[in-house]
Amino acid sequence: MQSSQTPPRANLAGWLYVAPLVLVLVPFFVAPILVVLAASFFATDGFGGLTPGFTLASYVEVLHSALTLKLYLATIKFTVLTWIFTLIIGFFVAYFLVFHVRNQLLAIGLFLLCTVPFWTSNIIRMISWIPLLGKEGLINQALLGMGVIRQPLEVLLFSDLAVVIAYVHQLTIFMIVPIFNSMARIDKKLIEAAIDAGASRFDIMRLIVVPMSKSGIALGTIFVVSIVMGDFFVVKVMSGGGSASVVSAFYEDVGVLQYPTAAASAVLLTLVLVAIVSLILRTVDIRQEITR
Amino acid sequence: MLDRDKGNVGANQAGTEPAEVRKLSRRRLLKSAAAVAGAAIGSDAIRGFPTIWAQEIKDIELRHVGVSYSVVKAIGDQAAKDLGFKVTMQNLDTSAAINRFISQPNTVDIADLEGWQAKLAAKRGVIQGIQVKKVKEFDNILPIFTKGEIDGHKIPRQGISPYEAMYIAKPDSTDLHDGVTEWATFLPQVYNADSIGYRPDLVGHEVTEWKDLIDPKFKGKAAILDVPAIGIMDAALCFESAGLIKYGNKGNMTKEEIDFTCNKLIELKKQGQFRATWTTFDQSVQLMAAGEVVIQSMWSPAVAAVRVKEIPCVYAPVNVKNGKEGYRGWCNGMGLMKHLSGKKLDAAYEYLNWYLSGWQGGFVARYGYYSPVPSTAKKFLTPAEWAFWYEGQPAPEVVNDPYGVPMEKAGTKRDGGSFLDRVKNISCWNTLMDEAAYMNKRWNDFKVA
Repeated sequence: MQSSQTPPRANLAGWLYVAPLVLVLVPFFVAPILVVLAASFFATDGFGGLTPGFTLASYVEVLHSALTLKLYLATIKFTVLTWIFTLIIGFFVAYFLVFHVRNQLLAIGLFLLCTVPFWTSNIIRMISWIPLLGKEGLINQALLGMGVIRQPLEVLLFSDLAVVIAYVHQLTIFMIVPIFNSMARIDKKLIEAAIDAGASRFDIMRLIVVPMSKSGIALGTIFVVSIVMGDFFVVKVMSGGGSASVVSAFYEDVGVLQYPTAAASAVLLTLVLVAIVSLILRTVDIRQEITR
Repeated sequence: MLDRDKGNVGANQAGTEPAEVRKLSRRRLLKSAAAVAGAAIGSDAIRGFPTIWAQEIKDIELRHVGVSYSVVKAIGDQAAKDLGFKVTMQNLDTSAAINRFISQPNTVDIADLEGWQAKLAAKRGVIQGIQVKKVKEFDNILPIFTKGEIDGHKIPRQGISPYEAMYIAKPDSTDLHDGVTEWATFLPQVYNADSIGYRPDLVGHEVTEWKDLIDPKFKGKAAILDVPAIGIMDAALCFESAGLIKYGNKGNMTKEEIDFTCNKLIELKKQGQFRATWTTFDQSVQLMAAGEVVIQSMWSPAVAAVRVKEIPCVYAPVNVKNGKEGYRGWCNGMGLMKHLSGKKLDAAYEYLNWYLSGWQGGFVARYGYYSPVPSTAKKFLTPAEWAFWYEGQPAPEVVNDPYGVPMEKAGTKRDGGSFLDRVKNISCWNTLMDEAAYMNKRWNDFKVA
């Protein structure tokens, strides 16, 4: 005797399933973001004092400033460059592991090897580039020694190049893992069939591997984009303070107690990221791909 | 951010101090304690060396919170040992610290404040006035802080000088009071004068003016401090030195002055003047030691840290001349949080008194900072150390850092000369401008340009 409504027991089970996530998300995500949202509408005396109320002044200021545009352009530049390189490297590493390493055990071993750099903190991984790229660093010394250059290359460190190198080093794994995962589900028989039917390697890549790795690429993209756009430390250190990002700017705002403007910038960044992520999700139906 | 002394000449291993110096110090401490006790039986002064109420205070814990170059674990450990209650030192960068004092005042007992932070903390009502009468050494604190002068020399008030931020009219006042009162916002504990560090071998001449930092000769080899509130003052010192502008008050610029300064910085950046900007003590040491820059705005112990690596580095004596140049001064002091009361408040006063009693003054002197009560610090320094650090004389013997590592060879003279030479040549103080929000925005323009 099935009733058309969900039986109460199933209902309870459903709630129990989501309970852990709710318990984490509400106090650690929803509540803080509501506080930030509220603060972005408050007025300030300029010295850390907040007057509860509703004013759009902070948003007007953030949106009217040429600085905001410049910061977003700088941040998007880093995001796009990082995304391109992590995607290319991540895709081919995953491709190699899945299709060229025949022994599955070896593939998993190599896959784990990719995670070795993550056994140390990402700050250490970033900072260790400095002695390599500096004016008196290893690369410059080597090139000078070989007589390739006469002056040390300054562009290697404290430059946009250095920032991108550090990001790519830190984030490629976030591409490898989901792409590896989705590629591993591709039925090898499909590839064999394609070869039998006379498809070229390029066609196989174009018509089978890339479309079927879409969900992995999309997931990796979400990770990389949201991490780069939400970061400021790598930019600060690797550009030698020579560049800024959206987050570094509002971090400085907090430093001089300009809470509402910082909050408004943070809300704006959240909205931009939500827009980007939903765009990605619209292009690739990750849910459908994963449950395939 | 303002991690002036992370390497802080090794702030966490006090044990390596030469035993001899220590023994000497302790004997001296006991001697002076006896003298004080003898002179002050029955008076309040005996409280400095708690005995009877030791039982009552041993459960007390004081949390002293602030930047790493000012709130040092080795100092807290020594205080706990001498005073018999628990002292916890917690380090945050400058902006995280002031944000914590204001937003979570109850998680802090002693706030380590710069002058401008004391002004803000008072305004937000998170600190209580320090009763000057209860501070034993108050009358021995240099008049730089208590009266705004030294040796008849008026201390400049560009920026927020410690004297300016020092007094409030009543214990719960929220506005600073101009002139001496019975209530202090904060009790100065450590300070110095910042200037430029440079590589004498690569710069080729003695640097005594800020304008060398923006000299096209050092294109791509110069760096500047990237903490907006004080970086902009270093920039202002450079531009004033080069004769480009005359500021009304470098420490509190008008919007036009901020625009001029930041536009000029952007212009210099586009010409490739700056190799980098730095935010932490370690970064500045690294930049100089790795040969990335040859001249940059720098802190005194950072220069020493470069020299310890056997790389020549000089701290430029930028004495005031023709109304230009001068050091940018800073001072950290201790503020009592509003929630302190009863026994805990008593313990806090004990702690403040301990701070000025000399051990801490001797400790910070060994990495180049000064105590507001040099007369007590002197008791904890060897005559050679005193001659080198305070009197600017050639070191009579090898000078060690606070942890006993040899730092300067015998015969070396401290850059910038004696204590008085330095402090009298401070021309402006760390600050937070009225136009801080605007300044910060323009500084970000410079960063992203």
